[in-house]
Amino acid sequence: MRIGVPTEARPGERLVAATPATVAQLRKLGYDVVVETGAGRGASFSDDAYADAGATVVGADEVWTADVVTTVGTPAPERLSSLAAGTTLVTMLAPAATPELVALLAERGVTGLALDAVPRISRAQSLDVLSTLSNVAGYRAVIEAAEEYGGMFTGQVTAAGKTPPANVFVIGAGVAGLAAIGAAASLGAQVRASDVRPEAAEQIESMGGQPVRAEAAQQQVSADGYASALTEEQERLTQRMYAEETARADVVITTALVRGTAPTTITAAMVAAMRPGSVIVDLAASGGGNCELTVPGERVVTDNGVVILGWTDLTSRMPRHTSQLFGTNVVNLMALLTPERDGRVVLDLEDPVQRGITVTRDGEVLWPPPPVQVSAAPTAPVVEAQPVVDPVERARAEAEAARRRRSRRTALAGLGAVALALVLTVAPEETRQHLVVFALAVVVGYYVIFNVTHSLHTPLMAQTNAISGIILVGALLQIGSADPLVSTVAVVAASVASINIVGGFLVTYRMLGMFRKGD
Amino acid sequence: MLTSIAQAVYVVAALLFILSLAGLSGQASARRGNVLGMVGMGLALGATVLLAVDASERPVLVTLLLIALVFAIGTTVGVWRARSVEMTQMPELIAVLHSFVGLAAVLVGVNSYLTAEADVVHQVEVFLGVFIGAVTFTGSIVAYLKLSARMSSAPLMLPGRNLLNLAALVVSIGLMVWFVATNGVVPLLAMTVVALALGWHLVASIGGGDMPVVVSMLNSYSGWAAAAAGFMLGNDLLIVTGALVGSSGAILSYLMCRAMNRSFISVILGGFGAEGGAAPAAGDVVGEHREVLAPEVADLLLEARRVVITPGYGMAVAKAQYPVADLVQRLRGAGVDVRFGVHPVAGRLPGHMNVLLAEAKVPYDIVLEMDEINDDLAETDVVLVIGANDTVNPAALEDPGSPIAGMPVLEVWKAKHVVVFKRSMATGYAGVQNPLFFRENTAMLFGDAKDQVERIVQAVQARTGVAVG
Repeated sequence: MRIGVPTEARPGERLVAATPATVAQLRKLGYDVVVETGAGRGASFSDDAYADAGATVVGADEVWTADVVTTVGTPAPERLSSLAAGTTLVTMLAPAATPELVALLAERGVTGLALDAVPRISRAQSLDVLSTLSNVAGYRAVIEAAEEYGGMFTGQVTAAGKTPPANVFVIGAGVAGLAAIGAAASLGAQVRASDVRPEAAEQIESMGGQPVRAEAAQQQVSADGYASALTEEQERLTQRMYAEETARADVVITTALVRGTAPTTITAAMVAAMRPGSVIVDLAASGGGNCELTVPGERVVTDNGVVILGWTDLTSRMPRHTSQLFGTNVVNLMALLTPERDGRVVLDLEDPVQRGITVTRDGEVLWPPPPVQVSAAPTAPVVEAQPVVDPVERARAEAEAARRRRSRRTALAGLGAVALALVLTVAPEETRQHLVVFALAVVVGYYVIFNVTHSLHTPLMAQTNAISGIILVGALLQIGSADPLVSTVAVVAASVASINIVGGFLVTYRMLGMFRKGD
Repeated sequence: MLTSIAQAVYVVAALLFILSLAGLSGQASARRGNVLGMVGMGLALGATVLLAVDASERPVLVTLLLIALVFAIGTTVGVWRARSVEMTQMPELIAVLHSFVGLAAVLVGVNSYLTAEADVVHQVEVFLGVFIGAVTFTGSIVAYLKLSARMSSAPLMLPGRNLLNLAALVVSIGLMVWFVATNGVVPLLAMTVVALALGWHLVASIGGGDMPVVVSMLNSYSGWAAAAAGFMLGNDLLIVTGALVGSSGAILSYLMCRAMNRSFISVILGGFGAEGGAAPAAGDVVGEHREVLAPEVADLLLEARRVVITPGYGMAVAKAQYPVADLVQRLRGAGVDVRFGVHPVAGRLPGHMNVLLAEAKVPYDIVLEMDEINDDLAETDVVLVIGANDTVNPAALEDPGSPIAGMPVLEVWKAKHVVVFKRSMATGYAGVQNPLFFRENTAMLFGDAKDQVERIVQAVQARTGVAVG
């Protein structure tokens, strides 16, 4: 089958759905690849580079006749209506927001696979373009902010005095937020970040940021990996925290997108309280913006000198790597769809990942897919499944069990002592002395052995082994017997025991010689 | 006079043995401990030879010749085994040595029966000594066969195996009553056969991964066998030494069991993973794993600041400790902080991994125990899991239904990247699937561990361009 890679429809779009590197990978899956002439120009991939990777460079009309067509953005409607029935379209479709588009695809008999509808489960990560794009956007947001901000991100102490590091506040610690935290922290800024999901705090720290939380405004651990909307009380507390944090920040990066729509996190009043020269980068501009003053696609300067960037093309500003990552997502999807590696698409709707992205097939609308529970929070169901036990009650039960264990142990020890005393009483004098020696040696052994370091347990075994060859003493004393049978048996016993002694000691010596301290 | 001197020397020897074990508390004093043990043994044997010559019922020269023969055999075989054994085969060697003690205990017991006059106490002592010796003998042989892969390491699952063990015990007690009553040779020999079978069956029904416990347990038995011999011969040195060794093995078994969160009884009764239908849980965890190649791992390691290596039995099987040590040396040369995290039950012998790493000249101060390193794993950039599986399985902490639930494990998944060296996607010895392999931060490096580590070393060498002596 042929995979077609057309030039993107959106004016000014510099991304492309396949790079020369991913073309080579697609060809390994058994596909022929046709690339529209100039498709990679915006990302600095020449037609020749595609041709070298094994693609055929063709005109605009021919590329749309391929069996599989893949693009980054949704293609123009006139292209869609000219698609042949049976074509597979792999692109970002936003099926929830554009039902008319879905209907059009179904009507044309096109199989529509929405790259932006990948279920958020671990094994689908490798084809999740939203993660890819968010990651790049988060990084780029920091770069844009650094350009607007009139200072250095890192603090410096120089002969000419010192400069403080920039304070960066990131709202929302999803993929984009975490990427922004990491990028800002590695430039040397002090990064604080907030997220309504409690499990995000650890991730924020792992990227070098400091988590900020509004008291009692934390949500339950999310079951599907997305944040959900807040209650009124949570809302109020969160707003107050945002106000405090934005007022002290030099750069604010907002990334809050709840299922495609952008809640307002920064009000006009908060912006007014910010210092002149501060920068806000609104990553949710495409959904209307998290900041009230954001104008999607525009740079706005407020009366008090705060710059608000509402760029919606951040990923497009890093076309080389974005295209590479996006193209790899497409390759991973095609690998999933090509189990035989023979260049034929096999769509398996039993697989939750493939079912999740399939919007239309054979004239049938398959959107929305049945819900998929995420693996992101595996502990949550377990916790819920357990019956709720009153902690006081449990502590009491545990204390009771410990008490019972203790009394059982005391009883056992008492029994043992009585038994030992009985044995000692009836035993003849000589045996009694031996038993005393035995009991004391066990106790000494217990304390000595507990001090042996774990790393020397193997030498310990070899050493105790050698020592237990002391049974040789018994055998040696029997060798001199006049009875030839006894003598022979004693020689055999003594031989094996002496092997034990010599072998055990020497191998221990050899092992201990190996342990050496580093310099 | 001679007996008094010998007794005095025995006391000194017993003290030296205690000091020798105490010396093993740390690497620095361990060698001195070893030498003290040798001195103690030399003194004890010297005194014994004098006693034996003195009490000889034959011409002295014959007795001396026989003793010389014994020492010649022991020294030749012992030196040869100790020199030639590979460190990866340590568990096998130790198992064989245990079987020797067991055999010697049986023979000494039979001899003691033949020579001494019959009184009840002595009869009981002989009976117990032979019983413990026989169980140790066959048990150790089975352990040896399993460890050296001459016998399948899977547990032998006879129907009603616990009843069989119990029956063997009951029969032995019956035979003891008979033996005490008649002082006949038949019940003694019959019990020996039963005990040999019991030892065989006991260890055969325990799986390969529980071998650290089994070997420690047999170590303990060999000690008790020596102590029993001491009782029947009325020799305090044997009693003290036997008790030391017996408690040593018992403590090691206890530590191993605690490291696996299992009771000693459940290990001894064997058949791990087959009860309660827990094994099918393997099918529950499915997902896609990510594969990497050696050069990528080399890049990852050179970019990392902190690296932790968690070795397991697989490293011993592949004999990968030398290339691993080489890799560690190069990475440390390149300024990467590399350490080892060793799980208590990694390998087939307590402390097995430590010996292998020491053999490859890895400094012991970078080889840490699980408890020492677990808290640092979250700040580690790369963890290399080489031949370990169950000891790094997150299911132990997260899945209450898992057969290994509650077992303390190395929490490697908290690190930024985990690279798992593995032959294939097969499950570990416990038959439990490992969700670690499907984590997002986990990558699998398939193939022979030794080859793969060597390839990484080559790649690291190519990247750094520095040859490390």
